[in-house]
Amino acid sequence: MDLVFGKMLDNLIIIGAILFCLGIYTVITRRNAVGILMGVELMLNSANLNFVAFSKFRWGMPDGQVFVIFVIILAAAEAAVALAIILSIFHNFGDIDVDTKDLLKE
Amino acid sequence: MTAGQILFNVVFYFFALLTILSASVVAFSRNILHSAFALLFTFWGVAGLYIFSDAQFLAAAQVLIYVGGILVLILFAIMLTHRNPREDSGQESNQSSSVILASGITVLVYIALLAVYLPVNWSGKAASYGTMTTEMLGTALTRNYLIPFEAVSMLLLAALLGAAYLARRK
Repeated sequence: MDLVFGKMLDNLIIIGAILFCLGIYTVITRRNAVGILMGVELMLNSANLNFVAFSKFRWGMPDGQVFVIFVIILAAAEAAVALAIILSIFHNFGDIDVDTKDLLKE
Repeated sequence: MTAGQILFNVVFYFFALLTILSASVVAFSRNILHSAFALLFTFWGVAGLYIFSDAQFLAAAQVLIYVGGILVLILFAIMLTHRNPREDSGQESNQSSSVILASGITVLVYIALLAVYLPVNWSGKAASYGTMTTEMLGTALTRNYLIPFEAVSMLLLAALLGAAYLARRK
């Protein structure tokens, strides 16, 4: 099956690049810790998309999909621990604005 | 172009647009709840794109773990950490200088990615595998990747205990 705009691999790479950039933008502009976490998830998804695309259309072996499984597992663990930390910060400070959490600098 | 090809194109670009547009909402929305719900559609779109790469198991796992697990966790965190989640939080960066800086960095990264991507001829196709990838995936996980598989299960246990410890009431 052919796509209108180029090969499937090129399309997936471009989509992955756009997703990654949107993730970076989210991480930089958000001051809410949960928002930063959402940006990280976007970036992880773009990396996963590239792994799957290259695994299918270049390498021809499912190893890329195995990597994606591990990335998904690590993302789940990371999200659980990060949200526990965010809740802990909220209990101690009353908000989760990351720009004001500079206690270690003092 | 046959009807099947037209349908293939329409469905692929539907998922591509769904992914990119909802990711844009995640990035640019002022309301954190809108971002979280847009993230739902991003995950669905990426799952659809996995199907196009013959990664059916990953598409199902993406929906189960990201949508069913991580997104619910994120929504819980938003609900638990906001005085009024439906209100515009107003705590995102307002300074236009920070937005300009972020846009500049983002555009630079995108240009760098394109600079890596454009000069290479990616179109030469390696011998591709069939559509029955779940079986190959299971074989790979229990043969070549058995040690990482076990290590990651220990990591999940540690993350479970750590998260429960960190989030407890003092």
